[in-house]
This record gives sequence, C-alpha cells and structure tokens, in this order.
Amino acid sequence: MLPELGHFALILGLLLAGLQAFFGIAGPARGRDRWSAAVTAALAGQAVMVATAVGCLIACFVGNDFSVQYVAENSNSALPLFYRVTALWGAHEGSLLLWILLLGAWSVAVWFGSRRLPPRFSARVLGVLGLVSFGFLLFTLATSNPFLRLDPPAPDGRDLNPILQDPGLAIHPPILYTGYVGFAVAFAFACAAMLEGRLDQTWARWTRPWTTSAWAFLTCGIALGSFWAYYELGWGGFWFWDPVENASFMPWLVGTALVHSLAATDKRGLFKSWTLLLAILTFSLSMLGTFLVRSGVLVSVHSFAADPSRGIFILAFLVLMIGGSLALYAWRAPLLKSSAGFELGARESFLLFNNVLLVIAAATVFAGTLAPLISDSLGLGTVSVGPPYFNPTFMLSMLPLAALLCVGIHANWKRGRLADAQRTILFTLLAAAVLGCGVTFGVYTHGKVLTPVAATIGIWIILSSLVEPLYRLRRHLSLPRALLGMSIAHIGLGVAVLALTTVQSFTVERDVSLSLGESATVGGYTLRFDGVKPVEGPNFEGVGGTFTVSRGGRPVAVMVPQKRQFWVQHQVTSETAIRLDRGNNLLLALGEDLGAGRWSVRVQVRPLVSLVWLAALIMAIGAALAASDRRYRAARVSEPAAGAATEPAA
Amino acid sequence: MNRFYLPILTFALLTVVLAVGIRHSPDKGIIVSPLLNKPAPQFALPNLADPAQVVDSRAFKGRWYLLNVWGTWCVECRAEHAMLLKVRASGRVALIGLDWKDNDADAQAWLAQLGNPYEIVAVDRTGRAAIDWGVYGAPETFLVNPAGLVIYKHVGALDEATWSGEILPRLPAAAGPG
Repeated sequence: MLPELGHFALILGLLLAGLQAFFGIAGPARGRDRWSAAVTAALAGQAVMVATAVGCLIACFVGNDFSVQYVAENSNSALPLFYRVTALWGAHEGSLLLWILLLGAWSVAVWFGSRRLPPRFSARVLGVLGLVSFGFLLFTLATSNPFLRLDPPAPDGRDLNPILQDPGLAIHPPILYTGYVGFAVAFAFACAAMLEGRLDQTWARWTRPWTTSAWAFLTCGIALGSFWAYYELGWGGFWFWDPVENASFMPWLVGTALVHSLAATDKRGLFKSWTLLLAILTFSLSMLGTFLVRSGVLVSVHSFAADPSRGIFILAFLVLMIGGSLALYAWRAPLLKSSAGFELGARESFLLFNNVLLVIAAATVFAGTLAPLISDSLGLGTVSVGPPYFNPTFMLSMLPLAALLCVGIHANWKRGRLADAQRTILFTLLAAAVLGCGVTFGVYTHGKVLTPVAATIGIWIILSSLVEPLYRLRRHLSLPRALLGMSIAHIGLGVAVLALTTVQSFTVERDVSLSLGESATVGGYTLRFDGVKPVEGPNFEGVGGTFTVSRGGRPVAVMVPQKRQFWVQHQVTSETAIRLDRGNNLLLALGEDLGAGRWSVRVQVRPLVSLVWLAALIMAIGAALAASDRRYRAARVSEPAAGAATEPAA
Repeated sequence: MNRFYLPILTFALLTVVLAVGIRHSPDKGIIVSPLLNKPAPQFALPNLADPAQVVDSRAFKGRWYLLNVWGTWCVECRAEHAMLLKVRASGRVALIGLDWKDNDADAQAWLAQLGNPYEIVAVDRTGRAAIDWGVYGAPETFLVNPAGLVIYKHVGALDEATWSGEILPRLPAAAGPG
C-alpha cells in the first residue's frame, strides 16, 4: 500500500508542479494576478506531495519492504536503522527524490522569504522553480521511479553499497545537494528578472542571501566529500581531480564568481547581464554535477544501450533547461543596461578580475574533465587528464586571484583611489612576506620555489581581511554581518591557500633504517623502533614493526606497520600505518629486514592536512553569517508593486 | 552578431559534441579509464574459493584476460551474470573476478547459486585494489593483454553488444583462456 501511496503522491506532485510553473509564469505574463496568487497554493501542494512520497519511501526502508525494488536493491534487514534511512539516497532513484524534496524545501523557503517582494516577481520566481521541479519529477517518474514493485518480493534486501555505510558519506549527499539545489533559487531569480525584462539593484539584494547560503552548503558538501576520500580511502590525499570531484567543484567556482558579481550588481548596479549568465551557468553545472555524482548515473550515462530512455532523457532535459534559459538570456539580457561606470582601481574592476579568473579556472577544470570525452567522440583518440594538467593550470589562475583579493579588498567603489590604501596594502604585504618566508625557511627548512610566494599570499589574505573589521572595532563602528562574514570567508580562503601550500611543499618522506631501541626524527616526529613481532592473518603471516612516535617529548601514538607474507605464493605486501596527529598526517611503511635486527622504514609526514577542511568550514561559516545580514531581511519593496508599466513591450 | 548569443551557441556546440559522443561511442562515456594502454595495477589478494590461497595478478601475465569487478550487493552484477557465463562458455578469454567490498560467504553462495563464470576470484575486502584500478562502481570490466596492458574498460553490466562489438574484435583470433 505504502509504495502505491508514494507513487501516487509523486504523480500528484508532478501535476501540482506543472500548475505551479503555469500559474507562476503565465499569470504575470498575461497580467492575471489571481493566477499569480495561485502559485503558492500549487507550491504548498507540490511540497506536501513530494514530502509524502519521501516519507513513504523511508517507511518502506524502515519497515524492510523488500517488495519494493529500490528497497530490495539498497537495504537489508540487518542494516542498522540509521543506514536504512540514509539508504534513501543510496542510489540514483532515491537521490533524485532527495533532490526534488530539497528543491521543494528551498522553494517554500523562498515563498516565506519573498513576501516583501513584488507579487508578480515572486510568482515568476516560484513559477521557474516549479518548472525545475516539474522537469525533475517527470524525469523521476518516467525513468527512475523508486516505487516500482518486485514480483515476487525479494526475501531480503541486497544491502546498501558498502562504501556508503559510513556516517561521513551518509550525510555528505544531502549537504552537497542542498548546495546544488540552492543555486536553483539564484537561477529562478535570474529567469524571473529576464522574464520581467528588468533587473535593478534590489533584485541583486534579494538574490544575494540565497546564493550565499547555497554556496555555504556546497562548500561544506565538497569538504565533507574530500574528508571522506581522505580517511576512508586512506590515500593520504584530499583532492584527486577525478570527474566526480570536478563535477562538484565547477559549480563552486562559478558560484563563487556569482557571489562576487552579485555584490557589484547590488552595490553599483553593474555587470547585470554577466550576473544573469553566471546564475544560469552555476545552476547548469549543478545539474550536470547531480547527474555525474552517483556512479549509478555515470553508468547509465555510459550504457545508453542498456537504458536508452534515461540517457536520452538526461540530455534532452539538460538541453531544455540550460538551452531554454540561455535562449531567454540571448533574447532578454540585451534589455538590461548597466549604466554606471567605474575607474580602473575601483573595487568593481577587482571584482571583474575576480570573475574572469574564477571563470577561467572553472573553464580549465571543465576542459580537463570533458577533454577525454570530446577527444573520444571526435575520433581523436583517447586522452587522459590528471593532476599534471590540473594543478599548474589551476594555480595559474588562483594565485593571481588571491593576490588581487588583498589589494581589491581595500579599494573603494566607483573611484580608483587606491593610493589611500597604499600604506595598508604595503604594510600587510610586508608583514605577510616576513611571516611567509619565516614559515618557509624557519619552521620548515625546505620548500619549492613557489612556496614562499604562496605562503606569503595566504598570510596576506588573512591579514588584509582583518584590516577593516579591526579598524571598525577600534573605532566602535558598526560591524555588519555581511562585512564580518565576508572577512571570515576570506580568512578561510587564506587558511586554505596556506594549508595547500604547506601540504604540497612540506611533505617529508624519508627512508630510515633502525635497529631495536634506536630513534629517528622525521618532519618533527621522533620514532623509536621497539622491534618486530609476528602477526598472523587468515591467509598470511608476517611481521609488524612497533614504532613509538612522539613529538617534542609528547607521546603521539604507537604505530604498527606490517609486512605480510601470503602463505601460498610467498607474495609480500606492505600494510601501512596511518595516523592523523594535530593536523599532520603520519604514514609509516615497513621496509626490508636489513639483518641483525635492523629494519628499514619509510616515513611520510604531511603537515597541516586538517587545515584544508577547516578552511572550507571557515569559508562556509563566513558565508552563512553574511547571508544572515539584516540588510537582506529588512529590504523593503521600494517600487510600485507589480506596476504594468514595468512590463516590457516585447 | 550579438554577444548575448555566444553562450547559447557555445552550449549548442557542446550539446552536439555530447550527442555525437553518445552516438558514436556508447560504451565509452564520460569516464575513460586513465589506465588504458597502461600496465594493469598489480594485486595479491585472497582467493575466494580458499582464502588461504593468494591470487597474484602477476600470474596472469602472458595471456589475455578480463577482470570483472563485482559484488553480491551490486544489482547490475546479477543482470550481467548470464552474460559472464556465456563468455566463460565461449572459451575465448579467461575471466578473473574481483569481489569488491563483499562478504565471502555471500559471494560463495552467489556463485554456487548462479554458476561460476570465473577462472579465479580475488577478494578485495577493503576496496584498495579496486581503487588502484580506478573502479567507480560495480560492475566494471577490464580487458588486459598478454603484456599486462589494459586494453579496454567497460563500465556497467557487460552485454552482448559490448562483448561482440568491443571485446571480441580486440582479441586475437586464436586467443583462448589458456
């Protein structure tokens, strides 16, 4: 009964989403205010229906209803309750449902948050969101229905993919999706502005908190994914530039550009059409990311022969959504003129550089991710693109961006009188250079050519971001949350640059040989060799070397890397021991028996790895703080509500 | 021409490329393995049939083989199982299983129930070997040549079209499982 109820609720949700789109878009276009007013009723119904469907599916999971194919494929009666609930998004169908649920939640939030907006405009926003919901619901029902029954029912479920049975990964998708879906709001605001043919500074002020919140969620989501890859996969790395990571990183980069371009539109009424384009691009890349994130989707994107309807639907859907909004852009954006000008040294020009560099970075990631596909489809042979491409190209646009930030943050709007801030800029740069070189040559005794430069820039960002909040505090001036949030987010970026620099530059790897009781110091860690002892497994025997690790007299851990010899073929493998200590990642691998109780051991110390994730968290906190500024909440409707005169003649 | 048309024209171009890509290489979608034409990653893992034994990938050198990544938790693996049995029956190429993040007893029961298409099955309980092979999700199948180079990778359930259209043509006419 429950699955049918959920299925039925989903169909009703589809119809209501259709109504929501119709009322929201046709109402204002035809000037029928009663249609426009009906959009919220349709949205409420749609959201309730989708929530009912999700509730039904969760109930099926919790109740172990293995007559539902999706439950049978992704759960098991022995699965703990927590994972039976999170199994909802364990595969493609449920992930889509989660996506739609979150879209409904954002839409309802926009509804409540947009009561001060002109009714026609908010109807259009909700109408566009309804159209997106409609598309995703249609996609789900047509190709990925999670409520399909199995006949006969499975005796037990096939269990959740073991990779997903991890608390980190269980909460990672909802957070990431909240970020992805949140950009739908910016997208809807952009489409509504284009439909209206009018975009002013208040529009940007309405859009900003939504965009910044979505960005905060996406930042958290990406960091969680990276953290999971680190400790679960145990590779000792945090970013591998693989297509799934890139899929989430591209909307983040373009979304960052959008956040900044919105600031210029808000404060100065500039970059209007560019902001619209970024809003469309960010959401387009989010949709692309959604379809790439689940390996199940990747498989279906690949194997069109196996399920042609789904693959073609994905492409058609993307063409309709992205192509449609870009067509709207080509048609309407020329109407939006940015009249204000600015001088070269003004804050606007720095925001422009910021946008250009971020978009270039996103484009290089995009090119690297899609190059294999494009080259393959054009018959140019197979190419593979990895870190040797991504690392330098990315750094090429990111380091100038970071340096420009430190100057631009002191610039005024409109006027390019940077000379006023010259002393501050030079002083922070000097202090950063001293500290950066101090870190490079003092704390760590080696590094690469770019290390002091990158470390300086990281510290420079932190110092520059502190200048204005400290100035305001000292003068007892108000410190609005938008400013405080921006400063915190920028500090987070500085921490990220610093952390990435130290990890990339100061990873120490050394092979040492020790006999019983001897010690060696690598990367600040002292390890004492306490001998080897035999270990035995089901199909191997081996030795484990015991190392007591300490740092400056403080005991850190006892680590036991093993060397295993498998019985039959005398294959020897090395089992590394990994430890995260105060942000440093420590890795030991037992080497060769050098005779006479002497063993070689490989020691790797990666400093400050944890700072990378901490930096992301700081950025997200800053963004959340900025989004909660009163300035956005107190915004009043300043223009005549839904004046017919604002309707474009076209 | 108007600069506002540039985005949609770019997107149209991208769509054409994607559509062409989908049409012309249905089996090589977005993720092309970086391992192609590179040496296959080595592993030494317990043997499913007898965990006291080791499956050493170096033992496969000198002949063609298909490495199939599967798990009993994987639904599509069940769908492709019949095809794997056909591959085995054809005798054209050896089929090596990599049982990924799975429970040994379940895997043994699965093979007992559905039939065992594999010459030998290595057990990758921690998923490390699968990571080395760049596996995204089961099932995935790799074709490895006698020199130990990965020649072809298929993501998703192996089907008749892939077998006869992509794998068989890559095998030398006389190649056998021995």
